Amino acid sequence: MNGDVNGFGLLASLILIGIAVGISRWQRLGLERSILVAVARATGQLLLVGLGLGLVLADDAPLLWSWLWVVGIIVFAAVTIQRRAPAIPGLLRVCLVAETVTAVVSLGVIFGLSIFPLEARTLVPVAGMILGNALSAAVLAARRLVEEFTDKRDELEARLALGSTSTDAARPYVRVVLRTAMTPQVESTKAVGLVFLPGAMTGLVLAGVDPLDAVLVQLALMLLILGGVATVSTIIALGASRRLFTPDERLVPLLREAEGA
Amino acid sequence: MAHAGPLFTFEEVGLVTDGRTRLVDVDLSIADRAVTVVVGASGSGKSTLLRLLNRLEVPTSGTVSFRGQDLAGVDVRAHRRRVGMLFQRPTPFAGTVHQNLLVARDDLSATEAGALLDRVGLDHHFLDRPADRLSGGEAQRMCLARTLATEPEVLLADEATSSLDPDATRRLEALAIALRDVGIPVVWVTQEPEQIDRIADHAVRVTAGRVEVLS
Repeated sequence: MNGDVNGFGLLASLILIGIAVGISRWQRLGLERSILVAVARATGQLLLVGLGLGLVLADDAPLLWSWLWVVGIIVFAAVTIQRRAPAIPGLLRVCLVAETVTAVVSLGVIFGLSIFPLEARTLVPVAGMILGNALSAAVLAARRLVEEFTDKRDELEARLALGSTSTDAARPYVRVVLRTAMTPQVESTKAVGLVFLPGAMTGLVLAGVDPLDAVLVQLALMLLILGGVATVSTIIALGASRRLFTPDERLVPLLREAEGA
Repeated sequence: MAHAGPLFTFEEVGLVTDGRTRLVDVDLSIADRAVTVVVGASGSGKSTLLRLLNRLEVPTSGTVSFRGQDLAGVDVRAHRRRVGMLFQRPTPFAGTVHQNLLVARDDLSATEAGALLDRVGLDHHFLDRPADRLSGGEAQRMCLARTLATEPEVLLADEATSSLDPDATRRLEALAIALRDVGIPVVWVTQEPEQIDRIADHAVRVTAGRVEVLS
């Protein structure tokens, strides 16, 4: 098998979408439109990405284009996180810093230690995988931070009233945020190979690469993804929590969802 | 040198938050060595007035002074340890009662922690209890012990009895008077005017952000 999917194959995979829509109608979930929109968006986005990647990965394309692609991923990820937690004032800047640091650290390790050769065909997909997984963790961290600062507002003020610094007052709640953001990736790292075969490895096997080589590639990626998730979660949780206090140790009111959206 | 003037002074204090006027031109002196009860309806601005006293809020205009010193220039953390606050709902932190007290003072010995519980009428066996399993009245007294761990010079109470039953309310009122008697003045915010008769040396009413001295 060489991993090629023709038009018929793609249409055939839509049968499962038909089943999902059917279940939604049968159970009156009201998700039919969302499912179809999601499929349409994913198709459009991936086709556009495919065209873009074709240009960036062309033999004569300069590596600068790939780096610009990575910058685009960072900006898009930061804007996405900010939109998912609009109640935190000034979150966009924190997200840009978090995604940039994550990219610099993880790509620095990968290419600095020559785990993969620095080429367009490795840079863009690897950055996409690491920052994509970091995005999920970052959104989880930002949203959980809003929940903690909403639900535990009384406790936070009681700690401030005892003379605690804002950093000390926030610490127990930031700990909960970090645990929440990092646990899914830790769990999926534990379950890898037993419960599911991850994307990169599956792709390589489908493309005909030796399974053992595919495993080594996937292992390197999984470890870097875990590191990326830890990095981005920590920067978001610590950076955003600082935005929720004034310099003179008072709580900043959370913005209303509509204002930040 | 002891300060002979008022405990807190408000001079032309105004506060606007979220586009809403909370306090308007407040001029007020709160007496030292006394229990001052601040009464008012929900949303009148009485809690805002109290929160200005330990800088959980800052005024939009005017000045608030503590024993003659403008609060705008003080070290906020040091001031908050001098001016302890008890909140409307008990706020036990995760962990045991002892761990709660250590948040206020991390070098507190078990003996000192037990003495603090004693002071608020809780048996020292409570030290090892999970703080979130206490009853409302016990939790509020534990919070008072936690506040007293910082050895405050003043106690602020923000509707501290509003979620308590009458028996627990009376206990806390008695503790407020006992604190005053040992030289710790109390500013006590409430929606219940009858608390003026029970504990107040002085009383103030807040109505729609304006303050009126009752006695």
